[in-house]
Amino acid sequence: MPDIRVHGFAGRINAPNPFWLASAPPTNCGEQIMRAFDAGWGGAVWKTIGEPVVNVASRYSAADWNSQRIMGFNNIELISDRSVETNLRELAQVKKRYPYHAVIASLMVASNREAWHEIVARAEDAGADGLELNFGCPHGMSERGMGSAVGQVPEYAEMITAWVKEKARTPVLVKLTPNITDIRTVARAGKRGGADGLAAINTISSITGIDLDTLVPRPNVDGKTSHGGYCGPAVKPIALNMVQQVMSDSESALPLSGMGGIATWRDAAEFILLGCGTVQVCTAVMHHGYRIVEDMAEGLDNWMRSKGFRTIEDFRGLSLPNVTEWKHLNLNYKIVARIDEKKCIGCDLCHIACWDGAHQCIHLDRVSGPIDGHVELHSTPAAIEARSRAAIAFTPVTRKERDAAQSLQSTPLARIPRVDETECVGCNLCSLVCPVDECITMVRVDAGLAPETWDDRTRGMDCAPEPQRS
Amino acid sequence: MGCGARPRNFEVKRAGYDNFPEVCMSTTTLPDDPLLRERFSELKPPLAPQAAVIEADRCLYCFDAPCTGACPTHIDVPGFIKRIASGNLRGSALRILDANILGGSCSRSCPVEVLCEGACVMHRLNREPIQIALLQRHAMDAFLAAGEELLTAPRASHSVRVACIGGGPASLACAAELCRNGARATVIERRALPGGLNTYGVAEYKLSAADSLREVEMIRRMGVEFRFGAGVETAADLEALESEFDYIFLGVGLGAMERLNIPGEEMDGVMNALELIAAYKTRHIRQLTGTVVVVGAGNTAIDAANAARRLGAETVYLLYRRGESDIPAFDFEYEHAKQEGVQFLWRRQPTAIRSDAHGGLLLDTIQVRELDSTILPIPDSQFTIACHLVVPAIGQSPFMQLMRELRKIEVNDGRIVANRATGQTRNPRYFTGGDCANGGREVVDAVADGKRAALAMLKIAEAAYA
Repeated sequence: MPDIRVHGFAGRINAPNPFWLASAPPTNCGEQIMRAFDAGWGGAVWKTIGEPVVNVASRYSAADWNSQRIMGFNNIELISDRSVETNLRELAQVKKRYPYHAVIASLMVASNREAWHEIVARAEDAGADGLELNFGCPHGMSERGMGSAVGQVPEYAEMITAWVKEKARTPVLVKLTPNITDIRTVARAGKRGGADGLAAINTISSITGIDLDTLVPRPNVDGKTSHGGYCGPAVKPIALNMVQQVMSDSESALPLSGMGGIATWRDAAEFILLGCGTVQVCTAVMHHGYRIVEDMAEGLDNWMRSKGFRTIEDFRGLSLPNVTEWKHLNLNYKIVARIDEKKCIGCDLCHIACWDGAHQCIHLDRVSGPIDGHVELHSTPAAIEARSRAAIAFTPVTRKERDAAQSLQSTPLARIPRVDETECVGCNLCSLVCPVDECITMVRVDAGLAPETWDDRTRGMDCAPEPQRS
Repeated sequence: MGCGARPRNFEVKRAGYDNFPEVCMSTTTLPDDPLLRERFSELKPPLAPQAAVIEADRCLYCFDAPCTGACPTHIDVPGFIKRIASGNLRGSALRILDANILGGSCSRSCPVEVLCEGACVMHRLNREPIQIALLQRHAMDAFLAAGEELLTAPRASHSVRVACIGGGPASLACAAELCRNGARATVIERRALPGGLNTYGVAEYKLSAADSLREVEMIRRMGVEFRFGAGVETAADLEALESEFDYIFLGVGLGAMERLNIPGEEMDGVMNALELIAAYKTRHIRQLTGTVVVVGAGNTAIDAANAARRLGAETVYLLYRRGESDIPAFDFEYEHAKQEGVQFLWRRQPTAIRSDAHGGLLLDTIQVRELDSTILPIPDSQFTIACHLVVPAIGQSPFMQLMRELRKIEVNDGRIVANRATGQTRNPRYFTGGDCANGGREVVDAVADGKRAALAMLKIAEAAYA
């Protein structure tokens, strides 16, 4: 049976599982965190502790997509609006009642050594297992010289990390902002400053949308808004890329707690495959509650069983070697789209996607057109639609007519598209738009060539081919 | 206006509901009737706005979509559905009206199970088809409720003039298409209200007469002229029309329903299905009691049988000379009738109608069997049904009288012979469409015919002018 316990930082931060709540509203107070641990969460990063702030109403907004709520989520809430004393008193209670769960204190104070020394000491005295330095918050706090204002300047990040490390006895994690050209610069700074680990990514600066009646962007605070921090499922691909960048860079790589759009065990597995030791979740809990962790833990367990992994360490980072630079990709790898005629429902989205968005090699003229041939020989989408619009259709009213219409319950051959494999570039687009699982598959064809990368092909050249002289 | 055993108050027995002095020559909405509304409450309630958006988002947006291909008017279904999803409701309605000027009534009356929704690719994904009809209705209701107007092209001095005889869907579609393109169109209707079967013949729980009239009002505001109570019955009528108009479109539908050809058919208490439907839709019958027998098993027969149930008849029999598997009505209509409580008597034919001693009727029937597609009576199988109303509903016979007037126009098998793509008859000034040309199909088929004929006339006129 797989063991999903985590023993981080040489056993200094332990937790029953790698699923932690990120520093955010779900970790606002001790009562919440204890309920979360009861629900199955393995750890929690306390809502950032610092000098209490005043918040505004409203604070959140979302980007919905296709009738689904919260594809992306945005907030302009600041750090904890509760006193340091209250937060740390509750932290001590939580740690006392849940000694085997990870409780991390997220910290943010003014940029002076004494302030950091003081807060570090108080958090550790309260019993925090580790410290997460909030160098990432992109709104409000950054205007006051904190949060991402620190995280966007590697020198500041290094300096403050070093101050913290002067005092800290527990592991120190630097939380990285994605609102920077290259996230590795701050990861390296944190590492130089002596950080024990990293957490990434924080939220991405955003405006989620504008109310088209009032013309005020959301969230509306008395007729105005301010840029917020974007998170939720929409940001996962961005987070994965940044996690990969950090973990593939020897000057950056440290034990990493990954986050950004994680909502399921699948998401979690992906972050771990790119090197994360734990994952943090916020938006999905704000959407559905603490209970989502049940499926995350069970699902990860089942997947690990099916793959034969016994511990998190068994698969952590296994996908990192599979990400490389473009110049190392095999130029002679050839694949083409194949359409399973038995599965095709005749929506013909692949046809219009290929013609308008790709390389004009999926055709609808298999009944009447040329087998292969140059694009000019085939019917254009507009011509196909014009023919349909000109056809005379009628309501089948007699039994015979209705029976004939019934026989069209399977996809008519004329609606099943045909791939011209000689022209197909293997881009994947058709398989991405196809609504039927495994109807369009990308099949490898033997190009009869040895693998060759761009690097191979241009090796020995000084640079790219010289421009032609005119 | 409650009736007793029989609709005695239905004074003018045949065609009496044509006399509407109070609403003549207008598209004035029929007065609201709460009882009728309650009894014929909508079969399919409209979608709530959020439900419409969620349903619209399910649509895959097929290329060259099968639903569009299956629609006789080729409405751009994915196009109008995506406009609902984006919140562009006005654009959605305009997209529908662009292809089908009666998009509102079609959304309510179309047998979508055998048209757009039947063609939806979702069936092949083992999922429910997109609720195209309800989405179309959602867009059209918003458009009509807002009192939106359709833009028409400015009329040129040489614009073609067309008379559309008959005020039903084919003529309305033809006239609207002509007006939209800058031509002049006049709809000539012998009854008091426009809309043809949309107003008088579609079951109220699918399409109310008021909703039909609201749609015609939109067409009137496009510039289509209407003449009500104006029959075209003589050669002189035709000559007058020919001198006033460049082209004449025949959208006269089918004529009176066929007779049963049995003794007693002329008695009070015998009323054909279309008469019954028109009578309740125009508030002339509000109540039935006792037993009603409908003869025939087509879609109209089912509409009449369901109406009789909803009007209060305790027992409604539907008599059909063939078996259950031969029933010409759509499957979903048959299922609906069973749910309404209609009882089916298979392989049975009426032989005579008599009156009983108490003012009721006695319908003599006999069991039949089919031998090489001939219906043969089975000896000693008679039985008599005591009832209060007999409703023949066995197909509509063509409006032969008018056809005879139009000597130069070929009629074959009850249909006006015309070019399928243009609606042009053998007489080049005459075009046709709808039931009188296609033998009796759906509203949407009539709209498609009318539109094609209008476009053909415009093309010919343009060529002639150039």
